Amino acid sequence: METSNATPPTLSIRDLRVWFELRRWGFGHVGDVRAVDGISFEIRPGEAAAVVGESGCGKSSLMKTILGLYKPRTGSVYFSGEDIHAQGRKSIHAYRANVGYVQQDPFAALPAFMNVWQILEEPLIIAGGHNKANRQDRIRQVLEEVKIHPIEDFLPKYPHMLSGGQLQRIVIARAMILKPRVIIADEPVSMLDASVRVEILRLLRGLQQSHNLSFIYITHDLSTVKYFSEYIFVMYAGKLVEKAPIGRMLRNSSHPYTQALLSATSDPEAMNARVYKEVPSGEPPSLVNPPPGCRFHPRCSKCIHGLCDVQDPPEIHLTPQHQVACWLYSQR
Amino acid sequence: MNNFFHELRKYPSVIASLILISFLIGVSIYAITTIPYEEAKRLWRGGEEIWYTNPRQAAPEWINWFSKNKQAVSFSLRTTNPGVSRTILTEENGNSEIIFSIPFDYQYDSFPQELMIYFSSTFTAKQPYADVTLITPDGREIHLNNFALINRQTYRLSQDDRLTRWLRNDNVLQALFRDPQVETPTPLKGSYSVVISAYTFEANSTVDVELVMHGTLAGWAGTDHLRRDLSVALLWGTPIALAFGLLAALGTTFTTMVIAAIGAWYRGWLDELIQRVTEINLVLPFLPLLLMIGTFHSRSIWVILGATILLNIFGGAIKTNRAIFLQIKESPYIEAARVYNASDIRIILRYLTPRLIPTLIPQLVTLIPTYVFIEASLAVLGLGDPELPTWGKVINDAFVNSAPYQGLYYWMLEPAVMLIITSLAFAMLGFSLDRIFNPRLRQI
Repeated sequence: METSNATPPTLSIRDLRVWFELRRWGFGHVGDVRAVDGISFEIRPGEAAAVVGESGCGKSSLMKTILGLYKPRTGSVYFSGEDIHAQGRKSIHAYRANVGYVQQDPFAALPAFMNVWQILEEPLIIAGGHNKANRQDRIRQVLEEVKIHPIEDFLPKYPHMLSGGQLQRIVIARAMILKPRVIIADEPVSMLDASVRVEILRLLRGLQQSHNLSFIYITHDLSTVKYFSEYIFVMYAGKLVEKAPIGRMLRNSSHPYTQALLSATSDPEAMNARVYKEVPSGEPPSLVNPPPGCRFHPRCSKCIHGLCDVQDPPEIHLTPQHQVACWLYSQR
Repeated sequence: MNNFFHELRKYPSVIASLILISFLIGVSIYAITTIPYEEAKRLWRGGEEIWYTNPRQAAPEWINWFSKNKQAVSFSLRTTNPGVSRTILTEENGNSEIIFSIPFDYQYDSFPQELMIYFSSTFTAKQPYADVTLITPDGREIHLNNFALINRQTYRLSQDDRLTRWLRNDNVLQALFRDPQVETPTPLKGSYSVVISAYTFEANSTVDVELVMHGTLAGWAGTDHLRRDLSVALLWGTPIALAFGLLAALGTTFTTMVIAAIGAWYRGWLDELIQRVTEINLVLPFLPLLLMIGTFHSRSIWVILGATILLNIFGGAIKTNRAIFLQIKESPYIEAARVYNASDIRIILRYLTPRLIPTLIPQLVTLIPTYVFIEASLAVLGLGDPELPTWGKVINDAFVNSAPYQGLYYWMLEPAVMLIITSLAFAMLGFSLDRIFNPRLRQI
């Protein structure tokens, strides 16, 4: 994807490492939790990328670092080519005004003591530059975009009066209200009923396309990804093991972990009941003492002893847009 | 909101406490509107010229409702009172005779303590002259005394030696008011009348009189050792106690909340500092410190209020509030607020603290009587504001003047009852609000 598109990336992440220091007795360094350990990717306007991985792989740390909530140990996040940490608080604030954040749990993501009007007005007040009439117009506009109607009925309501789907629409409206260029969605449908999931995903996709947004969609659920994204990034133990466009990833997945993940995805189909699925045994490794070499090698059925468990695998370009970090493909 | 009031109605204790609180508020409003603040201070400073109509340490009038043996109730009658007549007979030479007839009804089973006539007269050279007669219900006319008047003069029957000798009784009032037909001294009930004939010997000379009887009862609240009517302190004690309790409770609860939120939000050295200050403050004894401030610095109610708030801000509530804030701090909605650039101050005031309000309101309501009691305790210990009439001060006066040993229970019980009503009302309301705001307590 670096070569195919001439437009500059909105967001680029270069060699990002987020390590949390472990201390004993409040001082005394004993190690680091390497939640994110050397991740790079780029997203251009109008592109959506899904970051997929099981829980504990560092997805949330990656997302919070992209939001500027955590400071990376090395590497940085570049927005329109500028380091978001370059000028401390000021540059982070300027960057965040261009980022919308859609959270996982709509029931906890909205303050219970504010009504819909107040919830949506807050970002506008904080951003400044709006008078009351402007704010009112923008709130109506954004509620229309997330298909909340009748708008007047919803404005005075408090979160406890709304259903999960409606709440998630409000969360999306709040993320959209400052007209961001990037939306970061952290498992936006995992807490919702199956019946409203598709609707919310379609809404997000529609917004992304109509506003030409860059979109990072973080999930552990591969089955929702196909509604959405151009790219899939598969994350394992703090590293991206495979990056590919969605079509190629689903047909032609290369990394053993990706293959396992795809085969584990449940589709409600009668045939699946009779098919044996090979699921890798064991658990994700400790992020404090990751295994040497490829981090997946203890669970990998295709592990090459003496290579995979010694040396970090290189990143191999199978096609210009398809990269995989695995020794299996290094000879080709 | 409607739901909230509907919920409230299910608790009888809420209704009871609201009635009691509205009673206290009503008393406060009545006190403030009928007796202005400066007037209340002046009355409480006292003095014979303000309170001469009251006997010392007289029980309240309503004691008679509960007793068959009716005690004499104090009163004072001026010429402006209905029933009191003043007749002026002027002679041609400028001399005049003024006849005051002051009738009063006496239906009590005990003798009065004292009967006094206050004369006030004006003259330039020739003193007016007065002649005092008591007419009993059975028609006897007893000539009491006659004397020349100076500008202000008080005639006390009990101290009239001539009368003592003539009646052959040390207790003049008993001799005058007793029924002559009965062997044991019993008051004669009926309409008495004091007739005063005053003679003036100049054209512009005037005489006015006031008849004061000191019974053993006075007013609806009784009086203290300085003849002060306790109703002043009971009435004015209410707004003072409520204001002190409310201000102290508001001042401590909200500052404590904000400080705990600041500590929980910023963490680091600021949080550590707040925690250590709290721990040190928790070890310091609160009441002895207040006593020291009262003894060595100032007894002004404002100083005591300020000290109370300051010493209670870093109280145990800092710890409990902080624990809750540390939990709320990690909420997704706070994270969202950070992503849309909400400032630290905004997050603390608009996002963190509102979550605590439901638990804070019952806490605040139950705190009010605590502070009312602190103020009263200081006053009981003799460190009340020297100027203000407060409940605690009345208890202190009663204690210093050994009211319980003299059987003057009203003196201690009246302010004590007001304190009990206050604490009961707010405690009941606080506990009920706690159950409404925190429904999980209901099952227990």
